[in-house]
Amino acid sequence: MPHLTATDELEIIGSSGGAKPPAGSGRDGDGGRRGGSSGIPQRVYVTGITIAMGGILMFFMALVSAFIVRKGLGGDWLPFGMPRILWLNTGILLASSGALIQARRLFKRGDSGGFRHWWAVTTVLGLLFLVGQLIAWRQMVAAGFYLASNASNSFFYVLTAAHGLHLLGGIAALLFVGWGRLRKLTLATGTEIVSYYWHFLDGLWVFLFLLLLLGR
Amino acid sequence: MSAHAGSIHHSEAPKGWIRHYIFSLDHKIIGTQYILLGLSAVTIGVILSLIVRLHLVWPNLHIWGFANGIVSPEDYLRVITMHGTLMVFFVLTTVPQSGFGNYFLPIQIGAPDMAFPTINMLSFWTTFLALIVLLASAFVPGGATISGWTSYAPLSAVGEIAGPGLGLGQTLWVVSIALFCGGSLMSAINFLGTTIDLRTKGLSLMRMPLTVWGWFITACLALLAFGVLLAACILLLLDRLAQTSFFIPADLSVSGVVLHHAGGSPLLWQHLFWFFGHPEVYIAILPAMGIISHVLSTFSRKPVFGYKAMVYSLTAIGFLSFTVWGHHMFISGMNPYSALAFSILTLVIGVPSAIKTFNWLGTLWGGRIHFTAAMLFAIGFVSLFVTGGLSGIFLAQPALDLYLHDTSYVIGHFHLIMGVAAIFAMFAASYYWFPKMFGHMMNETLGKIHFWFTFIGVYCIFMPMHYLGYVGEARRYASTESVNYMIALHPVNMFISFSAFVTMSAQLLFYFNFFWSIKHGKPAERNPWHGTTLEWSVSTPVPHDNFAGDYPTVYRGPYEYSVPGAADDFIPQHLAPEQVAKAG
Repeated sequence: MPHLTATDELEIIGSSGGAKPPAGSGRDGDGGRRGGSSGIPQRVYVTGITIAMGGILMFFMALVSAFIVRKGLGGDWLPFGMPRILWLNTGILLASSGALIQARRLFKRGDSGGFRHWWAVTTVLGLLFLVGQLIAWRQMVAAGFYLASNASNSFFYVLTAAHGLHLLGGIAALLFVGWGRLRKLTLATGTEIVSYYWHFLDGLWVFLFLLLLLGR
Repeated sequence: MSAHAGSIHHSEAPKGWIRHYIFSLDHKIIGTQYILLGLSAVTIGVILSLIVRLHLVWPNLHIWGFANGIVSPEDYLRVITMHGTLMVFFVLTTVPQSGFGNYFLPIQIGAPDMAFPTINMLSFWTTFLALIVLLASAFVPGGATISGWTSYAPLSAVGEIAGPGLGLGQTLWVVSIALFCGGSLMSAINFLGTTIDLRTKGLSLMRMPLTVWGWFITACLALLAFGVLLAACILLLLDRLAQTSFFIPADLSVSGVVLHHAGGSPLLWQHLFWFFGHPEVYIAILPAMGIISHVLSTFSRKPVFGYKAMVYSLTAIGFLSFTVWGHHMFISGMNPYSALAFSILTLVIGVPSAIKTFNWLGTLWGGRIHFTAAMLFAIGFVSLFVTGGLSGIFLAQPALDLYLHDTSYVIGHFHLIMGVAAIFAMFAASYYWFPKMFGHMMNETLGKIHFWFTFIGVYCIFMPMHYLGYVGEARRYASTESVNYMIALHPVNMFISFSAFVTMSAQLLFYFNFFWSIKHGKPAERNPWHGTTLEWSVSTPVPHDNFAGDYPTVYRGPYEYSVPGAADDFIPQHLAPEQVAKAG
């Protein structure tokens, strides 16, 4: 957990063998919900998204190591021209992270209207990024670089598609937390875990972009 | 406990039958579903191995379900592929972790349920779908795939042209495994989140039962390993369906046709697969280690010897498991220096493994041992672990592995240490936890007969395979009679097959005992084994949210047996110090 906020009912528990009991306060409330999830403290969602990001990272690292090994072993690797729009897309995604930081800042200040505004800006920028990625694909196809043309092209499509699908999940999460009906999550936790995930995908994209740029 | 029902703490169980038993969010139902899924998969897997053993000794025997009743060489490969895939993924990975773990982890840490019940349900149904897709692959044109449970490229990548089953059958295999990866990843997130954040008051990490430690470390491995396999599966699917060349080398000639692929690397598949595949071995065995430690301590009436060493060695094994995948690839022509590094790292795993074995024996040493069926299987596990582990030290040497790799020596090795050892842990867990799960006892006499047949049986099956491997009996050959020097080995194969028939038949005792005892077994008390951990503190059957809102506080470690000065020979974790009866 990178940092905790005053609005969250989070408690830090000793992660090593101290006898200090974990918090029991999260156990109250939430009676009568179907499915027996009473007593699930909010911090578990933060833990959950952190763990999930670990798994996602391993998935991408497997693809990246395959990229490096395949390039080194194949002897048939042909570079391709990166679509110029990817620079713009990268900028848009970085801007969306900035908007998200602003949204959370306003949320913590209790400025509900400002929060919604910047949350929406983040979502729109995320969608713009995805549209940009699709345009990049169109440009690749127009230039004659198809999925199976060469291993370098294959990796371009696989990495951008895998990242795009994860980002689509992020957009769904943004929409759900911003405008959906939260049941188990508080809004504070919801914004927190979505922002971790979003910044993670942002950083991941910068890494993948540099990999493709320098490694193609 | 019922006094708490209806209080604000208590969440109601869902009403409808479908919500309750099919699309359930309750970890106990989901755990049971996983166990039943595993039981179905193991039944099919054992029938397939029966076909293997029948065919090896009577190649012309007519077997129902095959074209003209004859098991062709391709059919034989289909059978071993499905046997391996079912057993490794849907039994060994599923039952000890997702089955028993789902059922008992939340109870043992004093939690109402898993952290993410909906994700828990989704992981089960994803796994179920994966099983259906895998089984369906046997019924499509061309039949199930013949490429083995490791699906080595390029055989698995080039499609129908390479042989029967490599068309749609192989595609469905990859889809099934990709789905399985998804289910396992979701399950791992749940296990980790639950263990980290939902422990009850006083349950520090070093007070967790070793079962919980086993499940926790396994979930770490699953989280880091299944993503890699998922990535590999996606690349393999693209090679098959979209004409990419990740794993297919240039100018590959298959069945007389030169394929239009560029310079892909079959070795890349092996690296990705085994980077998952070796941790996978520990995903199967670490929960088993936890369960065995737990059972040994309970029935020795002694604390686990060296609890902390057990935790650290479990962690060390988990960590090392990510560094040794290359030892599955010694014959791939890897650089001898890499082989040396992988060999040394593999031998290093012997150290934490030896610590565990030593501590299991230390736990038994001087204990007042109760030879229940669960205990017999736990001791049997230790025996199998030592036997299978010793042959692993031989295989870890590249020079020996080059010779032994494609022989039945390897079959003997991994069946003892991974297959049968983990199955023994599942049996131990079944006999041990059955009273809590179903409110009845399993029959102990039947259980002991089942143990002795199984224990002697598996040694009779798998020990001679080491000998066969030494003298060069190749793996995956549909017939040993077509190779001259193997004909002389026929009597040994006959012995193995008959041992297998007897051992398989003995499993009927378990099926009968299991299903009969659910209704007709002796009614179980709340804590029949006088155990100390939290699952024995709740009533049987366990209430919908485990503690009915009345969460226990934990005051001590998990294995306080035969504490000097106490009246009973066990002190439950949740008993306040002032409640502990003094001797005399």
